[in-house]
Amino acid sequence: MGNMANKISDETMEYVGILAKLELSAQEKEAAKSDMEKMLDYIDTLNELDTSGVEPMSHVFPVHNVFREDVVTNGDNQEQTLANAPLRKEARFEVPKTIG
Amino acid sequence: MAKQYETVIGLEVHVELATRTKIFCGCSTAFGAAPNTHTCPVCTGMPGSLPVLNKQVVEYAMAIGLATNCTITRVCKFDRKNYFYPDNPQNYQISQLYLPIARDGYVEIETGGTKKKVRIHEMHMEEDAGKLVHDEWDDTSLVDYNRSGVPLVEIVSEPDMRSPEEVIAYLEKLRQIIQYLGASDCKLQEGSMRADVNLSVRETGSDVFGTRTEMKNLNSFKAIARAIEGERERQIELLETGKTVVQETRRWDDNKENSYAMRSKEDAQDYRYFPEPDLVPIVISDEWIAEIRSRQPELRGEKLERYKKEFDIPEYDAEILTESKSMADLFEATAAICKKPKKVSNWLMVETMRLMKEHGMEPEDLTFSPENLAKLIELTEAGIINSSVAKEVFEKIFSEDLDPENYVEEHGLKTVSDEGALKAAVEKVVADNPQAAADYRGGKEKALGALVGQTMKAMKGKANPGMVNQMLREMLSE
Ligand SMILES: [Zn+2]
Repeated sequence: MGNMANKISDETMEYVGILAKLELSAQEKEAAKSDMEKMLDYIDTLNELDTSGVEPMSHVFPVHNVFREDVVTNGDNQEQTLANAPLRKEARFEVPKTIG
Repeated sequence: MAKQYETVIGLEVHVELATRTKIFCGCSTAFGAAPNTHTCPVCTGMPGSLPVLNKQVVEYAMAIGLATNCTITRVCKFDRKNYFYPDNPQNYQISQLYLPIARDGYVEIETGGTKKKVRIHEMHMEEDAGKLVHDEWDDTSLVDYNRSGVPLVEIVSEPDMRSPEEVIAYLEKLRQIIQYLGASDCKLQEGSMRADVNLSVRETGSDVFGTRTEMKNLNSFKAIARAIEGERERQIELLETGKTVVQETRRWDDNKENSYAMRSKEDAQDYRYFPEPDLVPIVISDEWIAEIRSRQPELRGEKLERYKKEFDIPEYDAEILTESKSMADLFEATAAICKKPKKVSNWLMVETMRLMKEHGMEPEDLTFSPENLAKLIELTEAGIINSSVAKEVFEKIFSEDLDPENYVEEHGLKTVSDEGALKAAVEKVVADNPQAAADYRGGKEKALGALVGQTMKAMKGKANPGMVNQMLREMLSE
C-alpha cells in the first residue's frame, strides 16, 4: 500500500455530498474523507501495474448477448407499485413540486 | 454596418422505439394506459431487481444506425448515468456513454433546392423516465412510471445546421427513415420523438464556435422553429450589448414564445457515469449486421422508383405520397382493393390533404381505412353518387371511418338518373328562371351554369350533373 498520498479537500467532500444528496455531520465528513483517501490510495496501487495492451474490461463474467424476446410478460401491477409510494394521489406517486 | 451572425445548431433527438415491451422488463409499452399499471420491480428501480435486455431494441437501433450510414459498434455496453429526480426511480438512468451502438453517420437533407449532409456523431440506446404532471390543487408533482423503461435511442448530430429550415428538414428526414423502418411512430405530440436543440451564434465568417445553450420542451416543428428564432435573437442581443452567453439548459415556453433558464439540479451536471454491472456486453457479428440489412424494408428512394414504374400517377404525386410511410401504406392498401391507383392518389392528394391541413394533422394521425376509401371510389366510378356527394361522404369517412355504402343508402344520397324526375325538375327551373333561359338562348353560355346549379339544388345535390346539363341544353335549344 502507498503512504496515504491522496487528500480529499473540504470542497470535494461538500460537492460529493451534494451529488449523493447526503447531509453529513462534521464528524461523518472526517470519517468519509479518510475512507475516500484510502480508496484512492488503493487505486494508485492498481495504477502501478502496466496495463498497456490490455483491453478494458466491461464485465467480470465472460458472457455476452443475454437477451429477452419482445413479449409482454407482466400484467397490471398498479397496486403493488403504488404500495411503495410514501404519498399517493389517485393512481400516481405524489412528490414535492418539481419543474421541467 | 451591423454585424452579421450565423446560427450554429446541433440536435439531440430522442426516439421511442416501437417495441411491445420495455427495454429491460416484460412490461407493456402501450400508450395511454391507466397510471402505473405497466410497472414492475425492474422499471421502478426496486432493490434486487435485475434488467434483461430486449433483443428487439438492439435490432431497431442497428437498423436505424445502418439506415443513417453509421458504423455499428461491434462490442457495445451500457453505463449508468446518476442523477436524482422523481421521474427516475432508480436514481440512475441506464444509457450508453463509452461504447454507443452506432457512430459517425449522416443523413442528406434538402432545403431550397440545396442538398447538404448533416453528420451524426453517435446514437445510443437508453431507457425513458417516468412522466411528471403538475397538480395545481396541492401544488405538488404527480408521477406515472408507465413510461419508465420504455426504450429510446438518442441520435446526436454534429453542429451542422444553420437555420430552422435545415433543422426541420433534418428532423423530417430522420422521422421518414425511422417510420419506414417501422422502428418508431415518431409522433412529436405524443412525445415518441423529442428534440433538444443546442444553439450558438457567431459572427459570419468566424470558425470558432460561440457558447451554446440547450433548449428542451419542444414538441412540434413550429415550436422548434420559433424557439430557434427566439434563442438566436436572445444570444445576439447579449453579444451586442457586451454581455456573454451562459452555457445552460433552457426551457422553451411556446405559449409565451420565450425561454427561461432551468434551475440546474443543484448546479451539478455531473452524472458520474460508470459501466452498468447488471448487464453484459453486446457483441455484434458480421452475420447479425447482414441479417438486419437483409430484413431492411423498402425505404423511400426505392419506393418512389417503384411507384413511378408500377402506378400510372404523376411523379409529383408519387413524391408526396412516399414522403410519409403511413401515407404510402394507405395509398398502396387502397389501390390494391379498388385497382384504381390514379383515383386513390387524387383522393389522397386533394381532399385528404385539404382536411389534414384544416385539422393540423400529420399522415400518422389518419384513422380511416383503405376499405372505406376504396368503396367510395367504386361508388363514384359506378355513377352511384356524384362527385359533390362523394366529397361530402368522404368528410364522414375521414372523421369517422364509416362505411360509405351504408351511409349513402341510409341518407338517400344516390344520384338520381331517373329521366322523369330529372325532366320535371329541369322544366321547373327553366320556368322559374326565364331571364337565365333567355340569356342562354341569346348566346350566353355562362347562363347554363346557373341553371344547372339551380337544378342540382332542387334535387338536393343528388342529380346526375351530366344528365342535367344535357337535358337543359336540349330543352333550351328547342
Ligand atoms: Zn417493468
